[in-house]
Amino acid sequence: MKMGERKFIISSSPHIHDGSLTPRIMWGVSLALLPATLVSFYAFGWDAVRVILVSMVSAVVFEAIALMLRNRRPRQAMDGSAALTGLLLGLTLPPGISNAMIMVGTFVAIIVAKQVFGGLGQNPFNPALTGRVFLLIAFPAPMTTWPLPRDLTSQISSLKSFLGLAVERHADVVTGATPLGAVKEHMLKALPHINMGDLFFGLHTPGSIGEISALAILLGGLGLLVARIINWRIPLTIIATVFAVAFLYYLAVPPKVSGMSPVSAAFYMAVFHVFAGGLMIGAFFMATDYVTSPIFPKGQIIFGIGVGLMTIIIRLWGGYPEGVSFAILLMNALVPLIDRYTMPKPFGWVDRRA
Amino acid sequence: MISKTFRGGIHPYYGKELAASRETEKLPLPDQFFVSLEQHIGAPVKLLVKKGDEVKAGQLIAEAGGFVSANIHAPTSGKVTSTDPVDHVSGRKVPAVTIKADGNDEWVDLEPVDSPESADPKTLLDAIRRAGVVGMGGASFPTHVKLSPPDDKPIDTLILNGAECEPYLTADHRIMVEKPREVLLGALLEARILGASRLFIGVEDNKPDAIKALEDEVEGLQLPENIKEISVVPLETKYPQGSEKQLIKAITDRNVPVKGLPMDVGVVVSNVATCYAVWDAVYNGRPVIERIVTVTGRGVVEPGNYWVRIGTPVSHLIEAAGGYEDDAAKLIIGGPMMGFAQGTDAVPTMKSTNGVLVQTRDEVQGPDFAPCIRCARCVEVCPMNLPPFLLAAAAEAGRYDVLDQDVLFSCVECGSCAYVCPSRRPLVQFIRMGKAYFRGQKKGK
Repeated sequence: MKMGERKFIISSSPHIHDGSLTPRIMWGVSLALLPATLVSFYAFGWDAVRVILVSMVSAVVFEAIALMLRNRRPRQAMDGSAALTGLLLGLTLPPGISNAMIMVGTFVAIIVAKQVFGGLGQNPFNPALTGRVFLLIAFPAPMTTWPLPRDLTSQISSLKSFLGLAVERHADVVTGATPLGAVKEHMLKALPHINMGDLFFGLHTPGSIGEISALAILLGGLGLLVARIINWRIPLTIIATVFAVAFLYYLAVPPKVSGMSPVSAAFYMAVFHVFAGGLMIGAFFMATDYVTSPIFPKGQIIFGIGVGLMTIIIRLWGGYPEGVSFAILLMNALVPLIDRYTMPKPFGWVDRRA
Repeated sequence: MISKTFRGGIHPYYGKELAASRETEKLPLPDQFFVSLEQHIGAPVKLLVKKGDEVKAGQLIAEAGGFVSANIHAPTSGKVTSTDPVDHVSGRKVPAVTIKADGNDEWVDLEPVDSPESADPKTLLDAIRRAGVVGMGGASFPTHVKLSPPDDKPIDTLILNGAECEPYLTADHRIMVEKPREVLLGALLEARILGASRLFIGVEDNKPDAIKALEDEVEGLQLPENIKEISVVPLETKYPQGSEKQLIKAITDRNVPVKGLPMDVGVVVSNVATCYAVWDAVYNGRPVIERIVTVTGRGVVEPGNYWVRIGTPVSHLIEAAGGYEDDAAKLIIGGPMMGFAQGTDAVPTMKSTNGVLVQTRDEVQGPDFAPCIRCARCVEVCPMNLPPFLLAAAAEAGRYDVLDQDVLFSCVECGSCAYVCPSRRPLVQFIRMGKAYFRGQKKGK
């Protein structure tokens, strides 16, 4: 070939890439939720499978419809972000929830919280949490009815009360209180029955299907940290803040736990608040959502402390037993402001007032 | 061995093994040279020859058009056949001198500086100026200007840039291994001109043979009085370690201020190939008409390093490297991070051409870019501590009003952000667009 005959591709530098891809990150986060998903299948059986399937599929379908309405390629619905939203929402629902309600949740998550704002990367509020909180406010009773997990129901003949509160027998299901609910309602009665091992492993605890096992969430969270999809700042600051405030609170207002010194009782309660409810899944999987959390290191720390504070304030003094969802959504609203004030100065920056 | 470094940066596949151990060969002279008249930053040159003129190698064919400008010399003997514009690395056509080589390679008489070790700085500077030396690391800033800082900017440190952090390129590596003495002698001349008392040679630690060669040479060196400290500094192999401000930070822990220059913190940085050119200009009186160019990448049959006369068409270089592989798809002047993709291999080499990279089809294809998901990777890797995603988003949306120019122009366009972006966003391209907007506005005034 003679000089100048060959044609080449022209593009702006750089001409190489590390190979990372947004859909791979999204599916990677979903994969990190696999331990929690498997625990939910074990604990709640086909009900959990149904909740997660309906949630994920309907989320992707809503996403595809919205993309078509916006003249985008509906194939983009398979980029993993809608499926992840569906999975996260499903994992935060009680096992007995109806399919119609799940779909209302995914509609709110995908359409109202995400696509209306411009789709991927544009939503100010975490879509899954927006869907969940909508359901909580719209359908408070089904959203707080907690069927007992399999390992608990198998002891049903002997089980008259759980966590010091009576279990309810319905036609086809037995329900009880979540640990957080029990402590909120009747601390003294509930406290002696709370077993930290149950909270950690989750197989004997009623709750949202994906939140019951702190261990399963931790495994996935560690995976995200190791894969460097998330960093430690947000989860660690949330957990540390909840732990610290709870510890101080129970030092000031000591719970009466027989055989325990006030300090160890306060410590016990602080650990309880870290493992109970949605704190773990919130800290590792919801608050770390790239789109709705601060982007700069300092901001991530401020955000994490904020989420921790709001969570424990709602739990200790608020009307709801659980506050993680509200705390994260509230802090989501502050993200633009946090980003604005935590933007680092360029290398070699000289103060212009000087 | 603890290697120094800076905050941020990336670890791309370096691809240096393709050419790193290939000794530099003399490239046979092509029949035709295209000597671009845009080879430096500064005032345009004044053309001294016309069509039909006979020229000799080393003859001045275009004269510096001011202090901040650089002479251009004929790369070989022959006849000027045209002064029409030809292809330029930038993609434009720019004025150039086309020379048909006569094959004799006759040189003009060269005038080396007498006893360079004791010559006064003025004489040295003049020799460097006459030889048309510019920054050979890519920036092409006239070297005699860099070596003449104003009196209120005293220089205590000269840093030799041998980092060569740009993946695939090995031209600087080879010159350090093959010509360490010449490089160091050139550096000592620069240090004397500047009055610098400290001389550091920064080399990424993936080039142990270059570090060893330089260290050996430093030991046997007769140091002039002004030099109080001299050492070879191993640097972490991390891109962009050779970026001027990052190099200064790593070696001296000084922060070059935004909008500032290295001389603001008492430092001058000089590329190792530039030091060689300075040595050549002073000791041999030879102008810059030759340099080492790496020809590499999976798209060429036999990667290697070549002594190339300035103005040699890239096609001639590729031929020497065994030609293209069948699936060659992208031709880049420079490296994969900051190099310029070319539409044609008719483009000639210049003083700043340190490499020619050919990528294959499967190396260049990627998915379309998608929305930013705010993953913060660009923020993490930015060596200038900028928010690339924000700068790019503002430029993409045409919201130039929200861009702080001091922040925007802090970007060195190293490409680290775009390299790690999982949404494959052309962040650097957007940022360049923003810069172009403000440059255009300034011109409009």
